[in-house]
Amino acid sequence: MSEEGSLAVPQDGGGGEETPESGASADAAEGAPLPPPASVSPVTEEPAGDARKKIDVLLKAVGDTPIMKTKKWTVERTRTIQGLIDFIKKFLKLLASEQLFIYVNQSFAPSPDQEVGTLYECFGSDGKLVLHYCKSQAWG
Amino acid sequence: MTDDKDVLRDVWFGRIPTCFTLYQDEITEREAEPYYLLLPRISYLTLVTDKVRKHFQKVMKQEDIGEIWFENEGTPLKWHHPIGLLFDLHASNTALPWNITVHFKNFPEKDLLHCPSKDVIEAHFMACIKEADALKHKSQVINEMQKKDHKQLWMGLQNDKFDQFWAINRKLMEYPPEENGFRYIPFRIYQVREDGKQRSCLLYLILTCETR
Repeated sequence: MSEEGSLAVPQDGGGGEETPESGASADAAEGAPLPPPASVSPVTEEPAGDARKKIDVLLKAVGDTPIMKTKKWTVERTRTIQGLIDFIKKFLKLLASEQLFIYVNQSFAPSPDQEVGTLYECFGSDGKLVLHYCKSQAWG
Repeated sequence: MTDDKDVLRDVWFGRIPTCFTLYQDEITEREAEPYYLLLPRISYLTLVTDKVRKHFQKVMKQEDIGEIWFENEGTPLKWHHPIGLLFDLHASNTALPWNITVHFKNFPEKDLLHCPSKDVIEAHFMACIKEADALKHKSQVINEMQKKDHKQLWMGLQNDKFDQFWAINRKLMEYPPEENGFRYIPFRIYQVREDGKQRSCLLYLILTCETR
């Protein structure tokens, strides 16, 4: 599908170097790599036998929150919900002061330091994790 | 499982004797005495430390007071983890009382979530309950509850009312007789990693296992 983007870190190069985050939204629109948020440890512990370092995430807007043209993203398992929130806010060009909430199963908001990989294991289906995002609290 | 009332009560009433000390570099007008509290294991730091905050703010100037945060031997303590978990992770090998350092400056943005009000703690707590019920009952039990039931769960925790909390939580821990168990049993594993100089990196896992 052409509607696919990647917000993953390149496997080689980079070496944990922080790239300036400004302009990331423009890059991301083309599906270019985005640097990991500082809170994510550069050390990735992959359980043996788990081949996939990345997972597919489907991002859906709720209510009057702007939609993203690219809905399906390939995301590092170790990326946190906060990292994803920061990415979506940049992508939608929201102000840093604006809030953005992410929901799983249209029911609960995982805490910002949870990694998408564990959410995928528990709540993913058909090989992807569906997340809803909203500028206001959608599900108490 | 809800018949194990003695165990539930023991878990609920678990307490950790704690000594709060103001960080040495905080600016005070006179000496800040340490403050002692018995912390409930199942509660959250920012929910039960109003007295601590007021105690230290009495000796500080308004302009020196930022958002409060807590630290254990150099590690910022995540308020959104239950107190008992923080103690077991970071201080279970040290003598009691547990020594916690209190800060009002230099909030560690990378390590901690902000906690501007009790509403934030409530939202986090309810999200945890909902996450667990999504695994236990496909969210059916929590969704069938009324808003006032959700409120009662939270007020039970906030006001340390065992019966008030368990009157509602009981429903979340039951399953229909024909189902033989929860769909999945939710649990989390927390781990402190030696990470070069910093020993504060936590790994979160939610593991599930089939119950039938």
